[in-house]
Amino acid sequence: MAAKVLTEGGLNVVMLEAGPQVYPEKDYKMLMWPYELPHRGAGVGGRASEDFGEFLAPNGAWDIEGEPYTSAPGANFRWFRSRIVGGRTNHWGRIALRFAPVDFQSKTRDGLGDDWPITYEDLAPYYDKVESYIGVFGTKENVSSAPDGVFLPPPKPRCTEILIKKACDKLNITCIPARLAILTKAHNGRLPCHYCGQCGRGCTTASNFSSSQVLIPPAMATGKLTLITGAMAREIVMSKDGKAEAVSYIDKASKTEKRVYAKAIVVAASACESARLLLNSKSTLFPDGLGNSTGNVGKYLTDSVGSDGWGEIPALEKMPPHNHDGVGGMHYYVPWWKFDRKNDFPRGYHIELWGGRDMPGVGMFDGLCRDEEGYGVQLKRRARQVYGTTVGFSGRGEMIPNPETYCELDPDRVDQWGIPILRFHFKWSEYELRQAKDMQETFKSIIEMMGGTYKTKTRIDGQYPFGILPGGKIIHEVGTARMGADARTSVLNGYCQTHDVKNVFVTDGAPLVTNPDKNPTLTIMALSWRASEYILDEAKKGNI
Amino acid sequence: MSIQGISRRDVLKTLAMSAAGGSVLQVIPLEAAELAHQMVKKQKAAAPAGRYSPKYFTPKQYETLISLCDTIIPKDEKSGGAVEAGAPEFIDLLTSENEEFQGRLGGGLMWLDTYCIDHYGKTYMECAPEQRKEVADLIAYRKNAKATPELHQGVAFFAFLRNMTCDGFYTSKIGIEDLQYIGNVTRSEWPGCPPLPE
Repeated sequence: MAAKVLTEGGLNVVMLEAGPQVYPEKDYKMLMWPYELPHRGAGVGGRASEDFGEFLAPNGAWDIEGEPYTSAPGANFRWFRSRIVGGRTNHWGRIALRFAPVDFQSKTRDGLGDDWPITYEDLAPYYDKVESYIGVFGTKENVSSAPDGVFLPPPKPRCTEILIKKACDKLNITCIPARLAILTKAHNGRLPCHYCGQCGRGCTTASNFSSSQVLIPPAMATGKLTLITGAMAREIVMSKDGKAEAVSYIDKASKTEKRVYAKAIVVAASACESARLLLNSKSTLFPDGLGNSTGNVGKYLTDSVGSDGWGEIPALEKMPPHNHDGVGGMHYYVPWWKFDRKNDFPRGYHIELWGGRDMPGVGMFDGLCRDEEGYGVQLKRRARQVYGTTVGFSGRGEMIPNPETYCELDPDRVDQWGIPILRFHFKWSEYELRQAKDMQETFKSIIEMMGGTYKTKTRIDGQYPFGILPGGKIIHEVGTARMGADARTSVLNGYCQTHDVKNVFVTDGAPLVTNPDKNPTLTIMALSWRASEYILDEAKKGNI
Repeated sequence: MSIQGISRRDVLKTLAMSAAGGSVLQVIPLEAAELAHQMVKKQKAAAPAGRYSPKYFTPKQYETLISLCDTIIPKDEKSGGAVEAGAPEFIDLLTSENEEFQGRLGGGLMWLDTYCIDHYGKTYMECAPEQRKEVADLIAYRKNAKATPELHQGVAFFAFLRNMTCDGFYTSKIGIEDLQYIGNVTRSEWPGCPPLPE
């Protein structure tokens, strides 16, 4: 985002990317069948199943060879990284939700966490700009927890979603068209969606949003962007006058150290990777790392609360076979709807919907095999009968930052490039567990209202009560260099500028003060656009 | 609503032509499709015609694997079975690349033979069809492991193999058609859900 706004604003930009260039026409597996690959989507040794399967857009993984991270005992934090131009925007779920006004004033609201140094009104014009540029479908609904935006028309609901909505209506649960960064009409020179349902594989027609296809090309077209791939940023180098003057990086191909000098540095490596870079940027001026003079880098880490559930709906057995693909993601969703009452946990969650006659894939019948057991014609008939009758829910909720959840440099280990790695600490509190419990109860009530059987079984004890997923698993980790009005408790100001060094900015998930139940990407882009305009302004004034 | 499943090449060709005007993209979907086709062709050409030679399992083990896959998902009046769908090749490939699978499946097949020798005096493949069915009926259900602890490992092995056989079958053309999945095509518009039956 920053590269586009800065180059279009007339500045020269060098972008360092730790991974390779992406070539959609060759790298994306759009419209391929599982049987066109020898591993059928399971990947070498079946290991791609964990990384969302072999069809996922390239270079996104929980583990990268030679680039480890560690977790403190009991933390089991999982860190998804995308080493490729455009990063995670090649892989993301395209869910594009605005934070609500109340999400910026959390402490004022319930005494927990902190308020942002900016308000919804400060960011709203940038939400408008981002949505108008990238294209987001949705509908105006006037739900106070989920502000409306600039929307393209939404796709009609799938059969599963019609039935879920009917059940939600009876239960007084709000169920509305989803808001996804997928084009239902031609938009800014990009073709509309062709409804193959495979956004996660990457789209060769760029009918969904990814930075690599939608932001980098216009930045390149200015002639002011130099993209250096295979460049692993190691340290931000300080000059004697207290400003940052360069980034040292490892050129992966030659395994040599190189340096690029700049008047300002924008760090957007993903929240934890950016924290790592700041912590590794030690100087006489900042012995504990750049931006870390008050020890806040890496702190306030949160991920979304996640708990999933599914059931079988006999009513769907009667549906004739039909194309259920649609866009790559839900057409309807449940925004947080209990904001007007007292709950036994703070903040809220939204519910993502899935299921139905999806393309068969590896693992699809694990549940059936476990429940039915046996073998033979009977098993085959049962698979035929239940195929397409599954509906599922993913609850995604807000975690409150806690002192036991943060990342820091592992004191002992470096990666293969010689760069100290991160060690994660992670703990869900009672707030999040109660939220996960509420999710499970809601999923069950919807399935039962649909006349179905709820199949997910969760425990109330153990490491993951109520099916709460390990930290990191939702890939919404944010907050590790948060913004704030008070330099003693934050790393950045409201323009994503470090309090310590005024020509260093952080524009990924790290600046987020809260992690509400809205996927962070849209807000990250809006913040980045706003910070970039500020940089242009400061550059004009000669302050940078 | 006029939606037809046109061939993917036709659609991609159309997309490529309309993409040429004013797009910020430098992608050519037609080439993408071409590349994908070539990849598959190459992979197919690399496999020698005729008999598949297993990468991990011994020929004898592989025969047992084929027999078990056929037991788990046989041919029926609607479609072919897991063997025709290529499940054994798929399982062998993944197992050759994964030590855990080697223990669970390679070791599991040896467990099966040992069990059969103990109870029938011969390997699983040498057993009579009724005897094989008797063993399968024992290891296909968790409740039998509860009643007879010596079956524990066999039940775990069979459950693992059942999952993988389903994976192999339902990711094949035969399996996907068996489920009547209709999709993986490009469409000019999204018509929504067909009328719901009462």
